[in-house]
Amino acid sequence: MTPEDAATIVENLNSFVIVPLLALATVFAFYRLTQGPYLSDRVIAVDKLSGVAVAMMASYAVATDQMVFLDIALVVALITFLGTIGFAYYIDKRR
Amino acid sequence: MISLISILFIVIGTLFILVGAVGMIRMPDLFLRMSASTKSTILGSGFILIGVIIFFGDIGVTGRALAIFAFILATAPVSAHMIGRAAYSDGVELWEGTVVDDLKGKYEESKMVLSSGEFGDAPDTWQTGGSLPSANEPPTEEDTKPFIDDHGV
Repeated sequence: MTPEDAATIVENLNSFVIVPLLALATVFAFYRLTQGPYLSDRVIAVDKLSGVAVAMMASYAVATDQMVFLDIALVVALITFLGTIGFAYYIDKRR
Repeated sequence: MISLISILFIVIGTLFILVGAVGMIRMPDLFLRMSASTKSTILGSGFILIGVIIFFGDIGVTGRALAIFAFILATAPVSAHMIGRAAYSDGVELWEGTVVDDLKGKYEESKMVLSSGEFGDAPDTWQTGGSLPSANEPPTEEDTKPFIDDHGV
């Protein structure tokens, strides 16, 4: 197997397996974000969406061979944690 | 060959994340949904970052990927715990098939203050901090007795 074949396999797997499955996961999490009966459901959905976004950025760093996306993934993970903690305080204190 | 191994890890992580997203739709309860979402996100992100480390093979990328994974591993249980606690005190209904609810009857309904045991059974000293001698009471025999340490002589 030549390196060109390996690169083709990687490109095909990324285009036809990884990106569609992550998009499907995004759709499922977005369904819970819109239909969630409680506010906590929506916060959990946003948390899951951020996890999917981190996974997308990491796989995109592999697909485009650019390591800059890992920094963005780190920042997204950090900001979403702060948002989730803030929403938890809001849900706890609003009664 | 290295890229094939790394893309295999990334596909495995993607499948884990997809299973967690399916659990977010199919689970009947907020707490079950939260369990499925959090655990699958940690595992899927770990596999994907292992794939990234194998693909690049660089010390900088390895450090960043390990930092992301350590951060997710530290913060996802914390955020899940806080959201679950806030949702329970918010009055989210449990699934009708729930077997045990450990917090039931162990809090005051209005203020959501937890206590060990049935609420109301806590002794008063839990709040007042024991029986200290009051300044208004006259001194008793114990208080006015001189303290003599005779060392058993």
